[in-house]
Amino acid sequence: MKREAREAFTTLTSTFVVLPADNVDTDQIIPARFLKVTDKVGLGANVFADWRLGPDGTPNPDFPLNRPDAAGARILVAGANFGCGSSREHAPWALVGWGLRAIIAPSFADIFKQNAMKNGLLPVAVDAAAHARLLEARRADPRASVTVDLPAQTVTLGGKPLAGFAIDPFAKECLVHGVDELGYLLDRAADIDRYEAKHA
Amino acid sequence: MTGPTTLFEKVWNEHVVREDAGAPAVLYVDLHLVHEVTSPQAFDGLRARGLRVRRPERTVATMDHSTPTLPRSLAVVDAQAEAQLAKLKANCAEFGVSLYDLDSADQGIVHVIGPELGLTQPGRTIVCGDSHTSTHGAFGALAFGIGTSEVEHVLATQCLLQGKAKTLEVRVDGRLSPGVGAKDIILALIAKIGTGGATGHVIEYCGTAIEALGMEERMTVCNMSIEAGARAGMIAPDEVTFEWLEGRRFAPKGDAWTAAVERWRTLRTDPGAKFDASVKLDASALAPMITYGTNPGMGIPVTGRVPTLESVDAGSDRAALAKALDYMGLAPGAAIAGQKVDVVFIGSCTNSRMGDLRAAAGLLRGRKVASGVRVLVVPGSKAIKRQAEAEGLDSVFKAAGAEWREAGCSMCIAMNGDQLSPGQYAVSTSNRNFEGRQGRGGRTLLASPLTAAAAAVAGKVVDPRTLMGGVS
Repeated sequence: MKREAREAFTTLTSTFVVLPADNVDTDQIIPARFLKVTDKVGLGANVFADWRLGPDGTPNPDFPLNRPDAAGARILVAGANFGCGSSREHAPWALVGWGLRAIIAPSFADIFKQNAMKNGLLPVAVDAAAHARLLEARRADPRASVTVDLPAQTVTLGGKPLAGFAIDPFAKECLVHGVDELGYLLDRAADIDRYEAKHA
Repeated sequence: MTGPTTLFEKVWNEHVVREDAGAPAVLYVDLHLVHEVTSPQAFDGLRARGLRVRRPERTVATMDHSTPTLPRSLAVVDAQAEAQLAKLKANCAEFGVSLYDLDSADQGIVHVIGPELGLTQPGRTIVCGDSHTSTHGAFGALAFGIGTSEVEHVLATQCLLQGKAKTLEVRVDGRLSPGVGAKDIILALIAKIGTGGATGHVIEYCGTAIEALGMEERMTVCNMSIEAGARAGMIAPDEVTFEWLEGRRFAPKGDAWTAAVERWRTLRTDPGAKFDASVKLDASALAPMITYGTNPGMGIPVTGRVPTLESVDAGSDRAALAKALDYMGLAPGAAIAGQKVDVVFIGSCTNSRMGDLRAAAGLLRGRKVASGVRVLVVPGSKAIKRQAEAEGLDSVFKAAGAEWREAGCSMCIAMNGDQLSPGQYAVSTSNRNFEGRQGRGGRTLLASPLTAAAAAVAGKVVDPRTLMGGVS
């Protein structure tokens, strides 16, 4: 059926940026004034706009994503309940637009997590101890590198196992094979027809 | 076949189209609400795959987020918003979707007009690309916000792939004191369990204090379920629900109505049904609530004090509080009453209905807005605007010195030009006090319409109960 291919997610090894605050909401990830677009592209330029840029558009040198050692990082280590707030899919579009492919945090808000996985952005929930070790490793070495292995559902830090993580098996399947969910739903048309006939 | 079930499980089970091992359930969607901000990319997705909208008659669109609230002859805030509105109009025309646009007499905030038109009904599954879709759960519907990819899924298949949520019972017993209302219940709940306290759960609100609420108030409670991280919030339908719905445009009529009510009466959690978690709240102990921080869980009674840093756990909680208070410009330990206010916003899908406007007008009648305070009153829909004007509430607001606007989301999300200036303090009846939510650098204190109106008169945060009973 009509399936849409996208970049598959298997393993990712990268340096990481740390944004330690809990409850980072979608209004911070992408402020509402940038939601007037009608496409998905270009939102990366406005990710964390109010934290990353001053009112005059000058980059805030202290913001983690602006520091020189953030360049090339494809993983964000964030605080608990990351992505709380609105259902705007512009949030993962903006994060992906900036170059991120995975977010490691103690927990995620539900809608954000769903939206992220639909855009090849992997939410990786780890326990407090593993989270603390990531922060520690980053403090010791800004070039510390982490590997997220989706098929094995593990996180490795500096070559040593750090943590396992849970993921919905179906979402994992879609990510690993780079397919989206709509194809699966479209393939269920006969079931939907039957349901509608029964409930008409 | 199974044991006792919860309200959520009843609605869920009724809508499962198919469930396969290793995959989420295929869940049927009865009603899909659409607005201009989260839909254009979804319609583009349909076009790219050569798909149609599967059930246009189950899809209803309106314009609310980026619409002007000054008279319609004035321009939309900018060319981008204009293009977004035009795109919704073109998409609805191309795909055969009903649209309540700015020229429609029924236009308004999506979560206000759904119930108003009788589209929101008990037992339905309702989704929208908007997190405050939880509002519709007040009718015993299973209603939740979705992202734009899922908007596309529902447009194309009328279904969603959904993992089954856990259940959280929120039991609120006791009687509310005068001056304390639905907004105070929900702010108190979120203060108690936190912004992530209900993540992964569907809340069912029950108890005598919930049963005593009218439909508008129940909508206020369910609306903010998402602010506790919940997937949805639900209230079992009862006589209050049926009375409110009867006669509305899309509500069943005649025999169909009688049959529907009979069916809806079964939508209750069975005795002995198990919830995954439970929380209790005593309504009689609640005071008017207000937030002091940068998430909706940072709330206190209006008679209370901003927490001190020492009062919260060292580590991330303390860091978050320090950061929030720094942004808000509030001193730890300070009384919140007396905090100066620059703007008062009465509106949003949380609090823009008739009861909200009547409560605010009741307090403002015969009084003046304090000098230097700007007050925006934004009705939730054109129908509410007409009704409020028929009752003379617009005159009360204008005589007090408030601005009486057109229907829309307005300053709740600040996409349409209605916004705070950096550093300004607003007491707002909306649902989010995130940094910059109402305009970059703006500082939002969430409260009820009564508390907001009291702040408008006093020019500072004040316990609204001290101003009740009319002008002396």
